[in-house]
Amino acid sequence: MSGAEAFVAALRDPARAVPDGLTDPAGRPAGRRFDIYRNTVAVSLTEALIAGFPVTYALVGDAFFRAMAGVFLRAHPPESAVLQRYGGALPGFLEGFEPAAGLPCLPDIARLELGVRAAYHAADAAPVDPAALARCDADTLMGTRLRLAPALRLIRSAHPVATIWLAHRPGGPALPGADAAAEDALVTRPGFDPVVTALPPGGGAFVAALMAGDPLGRAADAGEADSPAFELAAALGPLLAGQAIAGLDESGGLP
Amino acid sequence: MLDTAPSRHDTLPAAPGVGFKAQHFDAIMRDAGAVRWVEIHAENYLGDGGRPLAQLRALAARFPVSVHGVGLSIGGEAPPDPDHLARLRRLCDWLEPASFSEHLAWSSHDGAFLNDLLPLPYTNATLTRVADHIDEVQAALGRPMLLENPSTYLAFAESRWDEVDFLAEIARRTGCGLLLDINNVFVSCTNQGRDPRAYIGRFPLDRVGEIHLGGHDEQRDDHGAPLLIDSHGAPVIDPVWTLYAETIAQGGARPTLIEWDTDVPDWPVLEAEAARAAAILTAARVPA
Repeated sequence: MSGAEAFVAALRDPARAVPDGLTDPAGRPAGRRFDIYRNTVAVSLTEALIAGFPVTYALVGDAFFRAMAGVFLRAHPPESAVLQRYGGALPGFLEGFEPAAGLPCLPDIARLELGVRAAYHAADAAPVDPAALARCDADTLMGTRLRLAPALRLIRSAHPVATIWLAHRPGGPALPGADAAAEDALVTRPGFDPVVTALPPGGGAFVAALMAGDPLGRAADAGEADSPAFELAAALGPLLAGQAIAGLDESGGLP
Repeated sequence: MLDTAPSRHDTLPAAPGVGFKAQHFDAIMRDAGAVRWVEIHAENYLGDGGRPLAQLRALAARFPVSVHGVGLSIGGEAPPDPDHLARLRRLCDWLEPASFSEHLAWSSHDGAFLNDLLPLPYTNATLTRVADHIDEVQAALGRPMLLENPSTYLAFAESRWDEVDFLAEIARRTGCGLLLDINNVFVSCTNQGRDPRAYIGRFPLDRVGEIHLGGHDEQRDDHGAPLLIDSHGAPVIDPVWTLYAETIAQGGARPTLIEWDTDVPDWPVLEAEAARAAAILTAARVPA
C-alpha cells in the first residue's frame, strides 16, 4: 500500500488506525491530529450534498441525511473537483437505500434537484421572440423543430415531484397529499434562476419528443397519445415562459 | 456562455483583494472601498454559463481577477487530471486572469476527489513529483503559477526537508512563484512547534507574488497542545496582522487577499479587513 493509499483508507474509515509515520512535533502518534483531516473530508462532502439537494435534505431531516450521506460518499466519492456536478449517482443510490423506502418520491426529487443545478450552470441562450412562432402558418409550424435552451431539463415521475419541490420554496404551495397525481416536472432558466413547472397532461411526452428532435407536430402527436387532455398551447406555455426555445428550424432538418 | 474575454488586467496590484462571494456582488460593484481586486475559486466557475459566469464577467471588467485552484491535487501520486487541466485552461483563456495559484497539497487519489488540502511528506521523491506536476500545469495553462504554503496538522516521520527550503527548491526548479499565506504560516508553525517569525524570515520573499490572510479556529490535540484549524471563518487575529506588517516591512508591498469562506460576514466586515491591510501596505510605502 502506498503512503497515499494508506492515508486515504484511514481517512475513509474512522475504525482504522492512523497510519504509521504520522506524528505530532514531538514524534508521538498523530492521534486526533489525523481526525482533523477525517472530519474535513466527511463534513465538507456532506455539506456539498446538502447544498446540492436542499429539498431531499428537508424531506428526510438533518440526522437522516447526514447518515445517508456518510454511506453515499464512501460508495460514490466525487470523480472530479467540480463539486457542482457531485451527486449524479444519488438518485440511483436512493432507489436501493432501504431506510428511504418509505419515501418513494425521494429518488425523483433528487433527480429534479440535479436538473435544477445543471440548469443553473448551463450555457446561456437567447430565447426566440414568441411572435416568431405566431407568425408561422400552421403547416410550417407543425414541421418546425425547436432548438431548446441548454438549461432545459425534464424529469418524468410517478410522484408529484414539481409540487413537492415548489412546496419548499418561499410562498410555495402546500405539500401534496399521499393521493396526489403524478407529475412530469420541467426545469427552465429564464434569466439566471431556474424555474420548476408541473407540466399539464401529455406535456411530459410532448417535451420528451421535442428533446429527441421531433418536429412540433410529431411531438404534439406524442402528447395526445399520452393523454387525451393534451393541449398544445398549454404544453408550449411553460417552454415560452421559461425562455427555453432558443431557435426555430422551419426546414424540419436537424438543428 | 464563454464568449468575449472580459479582462485586460495583467497583474494584481500591491493592494488588498478579497475572496469573492456571490452574495457580495451588488455591494462590491456599488462601492468596493479599499478592495482593488478579487480572487475566485476556480472550481466554482467551471460551468457553461448562468449567474456565476455573468458575475465573473462583470467583475473582470472592473477588477483584476486572481484564479485560485483548490482541486488540482498537485501533490497527488498521479499527475494532474487532464480533464480538470483542460477545464482550467478554458476558464483562464476566457478570463485572462492576472494570476493563477494552487496549493502544496493533494486532494485526489485513485480517481476520487477528497475535497481537502491533504499534507505531504517533504522528501526528495515528493519534491520531484510536485515539480513535475507544476511543470505540467504551467505548460497546460500556458502561464506561470503561484504555489501556496499549506496549513498542516501533523508531521511525517519520513520528511527530510524543511518546508521553506522545500518550497524554495520547487520554485527554483519550476520557475513558479510563491503564494505566502501568513495565516497558514501561523497555523502550521503553532501545530508543528515552530517559530512563525523565523519561518517568514527564511522565506524567499522575492518570489512571493501574493499574500493570503484569513482566520482560524483553535482546538487541542491529545496532549493538550494547541491545534489550530485553517477554517477561513473568522477575522484575521492580531498576531497574524503583526506577522503581516513585518513581512511587508521586510519584503515590500504585495497583493494581499482577505480569505473568508465559511460563516461569510456582510460586506462591510470583509471590507474593513481589507482596509486594515491597506493601511499596512500604505505605511510600508512611506519612507522612514
